[in-house]
Formats: sequence, C-alpha cells, structure tokens
Amino acid sequence: MKEKKEKRHVSYAKWGLIFIAPFFIAYIIFSLAPQIITIYNAFFENYRSGLTIVGPNFVGLRNFVSLFTPDANGTIDILKYTGNTLLMWVEGAIPQIVIALLLAIFFTSYRLKIKGQGFFKAVIYMPNMIMASAFSMLFFTLFSNVGPVNQVIQAMGWADATIDFFSMTVTVRGMIALMNFLMWFGNTTILLMAGIMGIDQSMFEAANIDGANSLQTFFRVTLPLLKPILVYTIITAMIGGLQMFDVPQVLTNGFGVPNRTTMTLVMYLNNFLSGKNYGMSGAVSVILFIVTGILSLITFRSLRTQSEEA
Amino acid sequence: MNTNTVNSKKAIAQLTIVRIIVYIILAILTILCLFSFYMLIINSTRSNGELQGGFTLIPSTHFIQNLVNAWNDSSINIPRGMLNSFLIAALSAICATYFSALTAYGIHAYNFRGKKFAYWFILAIMVIPSQVAASGFVQICYKFGLTNNYLMLILPGIASPVVFFYMKQYMEAVLPMEIVEAARVDGSNEFFTFNRVILPMLKPALAVQLIFTFVASWNNYFLPSLLLTKSELKTVPIMIAQLRSADYSKFDMGKVYMFILLAILPVVIVYLILNRNIIKGVTSGSVKG
Repeated sequence: MKEKKEKRHVSYAKWGLIFIAPFFIAYIIFSLAPQIITIYNAFFENYRSGLTIVGPNFVGLRNFVSLFTPDANGTIDILKYTGNTLLMWVEGAIPQIVIALLLAIFFTSYRLKIKGQGFFKAVIYMPNMIMASAFSMLFFTLFSNVGPVNQVIQAMGWADATIDFFSMTVTVRGMIALMNFLMWFGNTTILLMAGIMGIDQSMFEAANIDGANSLQTFFRVTLPLLKPILVYTIITAMIGGLQMFDVPQVLTNGFGVPNRTTMTLVMYLNNFLSGKNYGMSGAVSVILFIVTGILSLITFRSLRTQSEEA
Repeated sequence: MNTNTVNSKKAIAQLTIVRIIVYIILAILTILCLFSFYMLIINSTRSNGELQGGFTLIPSTHFIQNLVNAWNDSSINIPRGMLNSFLIAALSAICATYFSALTAYGIHAYNFRGKKFAYWFILAIMVIPSQVAASGFVQICYKFGLTNNYLMLILPGIASPVVFFYMKQYMEAVLPMEIVEAARVDGSNEFFTFNRVILPMLKPALAVQLIFTFVASWNNYFLPSLLLTKSELKTVPIMIAQLRSADYSKFDMGKVYMFILLAILPVVIVYLILNRNIIKGVTSGSVKG
C-alpha cells in the first residue's frame, strides 16, 4: 500500500514538469535566446549600408564607445534621450502619484462616503485600456495647426496667430506627460486603494480615539503603512516609463520634434532596429537592460522588506 | 452638551465642504478623461468642410458617410487591419491565458524538484522589459524569414510571467490542495483533469486575463511594426501610425477621426460591458492581499 502511494507521488511529479515545460520552452526560444543574441551583437559591427551588409565583425566595445561619443554639436545622443525619457516620465508621474494618492484616500474614507465610486473608477481607468498610438494620434489631430484646440483659441481671441504646439519643446513634452498621466493615474489609484484597504482598520480607529485629525492620520498612519506599496508602484511605473514609446513615436511621427527633444530611449532603439543596425540596437538594449536591472533590484528589495513585515 | 452639539454641527459643515471639494475634483478629472474621446465622437460625425470651419460640441450628420469613406479607403485597409488585429489578439490571448494557467497549476498542484526555483525564476523575469529581447528577436526573424508570420507575435505569449503570477495567486485563493485531490479522478489522466475539472473552476480569472491579454495585443505597436512589412498583414496600430506619417493636409479629417474611433471602439465596447470585472482584476493581480 505504502509503496503504491509513493509510486503515485512520483508519477504526479512528472506531470508538474510537463505542465510547466511549454512556458519554459517558449521563454527560452522567444525571450532568453533573443536576449543573449541582443547582448552578443552589441559587440559586433553589423549593419546595412544601402544594399551591402557590413559585418558581423567583432569590434569589442566600439558600439558602446560610439554611443557615448559626442556628436558635432557636443551632445551625446543616448544621454540626451535617457534624460528626455526620465524628464517626461517625471512630468507625468508626479501628478499621477499625487492625484492617485488623493483619490485613493477619498474613495476609502469612511467619513467622506463618496457616492458613484464605481462610475468614477470606471472613468479614470478607461484611458489605460485605449490604444496608445490611437490616443496619441487623437491628441495630434486635436492640437494640430488646424485642429479644434487652435480653432477655440482663435475664436476666443486668445492668440493672434495659430499656435504651433509641435514646434515647442515644452508643449510637446507637456502633451506626452499629460497623456501618460491620463493613461496611468487610474491604474495607480486602484493599486493604492487596495493598499489602503489592506491596512488594519484598528490603526485608523486608534488614531481617531487618540484625537488625530485627518492630516495627522494621513501623515502618521496611512503614509508610513502605505510606503512599501507606494515604493513598489513608483518603481514599476519608472520601469514602464523607461519603455515609453508608442505615445511620443506616433505624436512626433518618430522624429521626437522639436529637434529630438522628445526622443526616448526606445524610439532610439527603434530607429536602429528599423535600419537593421543590430550592433547599435544591441548596445542600446544593453544600456536599457542595465538601467532597468538597477531599478528592478530596488523593487525586489522593497518587495522583500514588505513580505518580511507582513 | 451644548458645546458638543455646536462642535458636531461644525464638524458636519466641515465635512460637507470637504465633500463638495472632492466631488469638484472628481468632476474635473472625469472631464479630463472623457473630453478628448467626446471630441473624437463629435468630430467623427462631421464632414471635412465642417471640421475646417470651426469647433463645436454638437454632433453633425456625417457619421455614416465618414464610416463608409474610412471603411473603403484605398490606402488604409482598416477592415483588414481590424481582422488581422483581432486574429492575433484572440489567439495570443488564448495562448497566454491557457498556458499561464497550465504553468501555474503545474507549480501549484505538484511537488517536484526545482519547483521553488521555477517559481522564483518566473517572478524574476517578470521585470525584464520585453524591448531588451526585441533586437535579437527581430534579427532572428529576418534571418530565418519569419517576418510577416503571425506565429512570431502569438507564440511568445505562452511565456507570460504576469499572467502566470495572477493565475498562481488566484489558485492559492480558490483552489486548495484538497479540492485538487478531490478533482483528480483515480486513474484519469492529469492533463484531462486540468482541462475538464480545473479550468472550469478558474473561469473568472481566465475571463479577466483573456480581456487583459487581448487588449494588450490589440494595442501592441512596437514589435508588430518591426515585423509586419506586408501591407495586407498590418495591424490597426501600424495603420494609425501610418496615418500620422501620411501627408496630413490632403486628408479628409472626418475620415481620420473615424479611423481613430474604429481603432479604439472594440476595446471601449468590451470595457463598457465588463469594467467592473476588469477593475477588480487590476488589484488582485498586482498587489498581495
């Protein structure tokens, strides 16, 4: 009897391996192998010049050196684009997190008892589901020289001439930040709400009995207890922000207008990839990987402290 | 007693003011979220001439005409694009959801060597951005003639760490080992048990993940734009980007708004019907307890 049971156990173990096999096979073929090839190619010269294919020739770190070599104007493209990406992310992420935190507190407050929560949540989450490239195209048409925004400005007499929103760094970056904000603040709100509802209610009751007002409760109770989730949210948002592509790509038609001030890291990668310059695209990917890796490590650390506390 | 009632009256008045401010903030955010889509709908009902003429918040009568013009456009074949997108999105959603559930069940229900490692490995790869693999992936596809092959956009979904994580969490909540033991029919094949007994028990989680993976694939632009070069195989986001790069001044703007509307409409319809489940799905997947 005992022997039979053990036998059954062994045969079950086999099923576990069979069930997880497709995942790992697909992961190795479609993710791991391409990642290794990407990194490998970062050390080769491999591009097309017209119809001739140059390489692959081993060039050591030359692709990385050329990435960090200033051009004629003294700008280092990859640093400029990393800066653009982070700046536009921050411009969208600060209002995103502040407003999400406010809304999460409003929605979970037992004193405020906000009505129509289902409706508001549905509305603020909706932009997250919308196709980013279509949303971006919509913004382009609305803010174009002949678009409705300019029509209103003209009709109201707010400006003498048409405002070319796409000729100014501040407005293009502003539009990208606004779109990113609209697409993500609903998502962040819902995550933070779950975080607040996970806090032990007796904490709030205790604060109430001790005579703490709403602001004190927020800064002394809610915020410290919410910190792990807040850190997690911010860092995952930052990793997402580093991958910013669809919105600026479509909005600026891939050029990062004006004067490449809205060009992001992944747009840069995309340029090398569509030009089939696998050496340089590999090198950009490695940089992207290192930056993300550092951020991920921080995420894991914050997650681990979170689970240890729990 | 007297000061108490005065205090509580004051508190009620304060609360009312706070409540009004909160509703004003919510109203502003609602307008901010919906206004651009409202403009999209209005503008899709207006003719090119009307659109050049000025701004309005009132719909016009050219919706059907714009729809017909957009649908029959010679350079941008939107019905074909929608069909292509739907095919890829549906198949990759099924692949991602089914295999994630299978993987999660494999780790949830069985004990085998390396199980812990497999679990932590999947969690670790969750944070690696997909773009890092893109360069090598595109290179392989071009080298082996796999561009314009939908399988290259569908099969990678089999390894979806985020969907796996959601399924694993869900199983921990609703599928204790006793149920798994009971579900096993003695002598029956474990694979059969998973498909016929376990999968139906996961229906709510499967539905949520089918929606999320479908929407993600429907909206996906980066990799398809690099791999799909034949015009008859292009998906909706690629067509929208093409619209952007076309000579803008020559376009019938009514048609342009209609293209954008058609691109987002399927997802909006699904969202209007299922937003409650979708929003619930956001939290249970990403934040523990």
